[in-house]
Amino acid sequence: MTAIVNVFLKEGVLDPQGKAAHHALDSLGFDGVKDVRIGKQIVIKLDAEDKAKAEAEVKEMCETLLANTVIEDYTIEIA
Amino acid sequence: MRVAVLRFPGTNCEFDTQYAFEKLGHSTELVWHEEETLPREIDLVVVPGGFSYGDYLRSGSIARFSPVMKAVKTYAEEGGKVLGICNGFQILTEAGMIPGALKRNNNLHFISKHQTLCVINNDNAFLNRCEKGEVLNIPIAHADGNYYIDDEGLKALEENGQVLLRYSDNEGNPVVVNGSVTSIAGVCNKNKNVFGLMPHPERALEAILGSEDGIKMLKGFED
Repeated sequence: MTAIVNVFLKEGVLDPQGKAAHHALDSLGFDGVKDVRIGKQIVIKLDAEDKAKAEAEVKEMCETLLANTVIEDYTIEIA
Repeated sequence: MRVAVLRFPGTNCEFDTQYAFEKLGHSTELVWHEEETLPREIDLVVVPGGFSYGDYLRSGSIARFSPVMKAVKTYAEEGGKVLGICNGFQILTEAGMIPGALKRNNNLHFISKHQTLCVINNDNAFLNRCEKGEVLNIPIAHADGNYYIDDEGLKALEENGQVLLRYSDNEGNPVVVNGSVTSIAGVCNKNKNVFGLMPHPERALEAILGSEDGIKMLKGFED
């Protein structure tokens, strides 16, 4: 089983990297870019059978280590 | 004073920190991150600067799980004084011992320069030898020093006098250096025994090297 975790800065927390990429896209002539957010994707290979159990475990990983919930949100996909 | 200076893989300011406290007449001891206990009869724990665990994932996020950090947490809960400088500040916020978090600098650059700071609160064990509103000249050197806290958290910090320092001009007016919320450069916990700051007071001990303002900061812990 594979868990895909996406970690992003929370809405309302300024994302300096996203902002820089946004400026670069603007100056390259890509019109209509409204916002750019840059996060990170963490792919975890799990030795697990039960999807719900795996998800609960990955959630705990996120809360403990993978995300800093003071500034970041995360999503979990189990495939 | 007896000062314990922590050391993680990737720490690189531990010797500067030892030099600073020894120059001020104190004894120091390096403590490796795998230690489960702190030395006995210490007066201060310093979490020094550097790049613990290569800043992987987030600065300070892995160091905070080191065995020694459990001992530091207990020490702080019992009222012991802890000072986190730069990466040490990041580790203490990641550990939840100081509110807020440190993000990438707004301009995405590693900023390394002398910076003036304004003392915001001095009724604590750290800055008691500095005057409120005093401007200090202390080097900064960081990429992730952009302090963030939400509005509610900021209000609590201000009400409890937990904001220690702000980046400022020579007159003490706040300036934007790295994007920190209200230009915050240093804060402490609610009990005012755990302190964190991005600037490096241990690098400001000799006028010939640019500033000796770090002396009165570090000497604060003597009182």
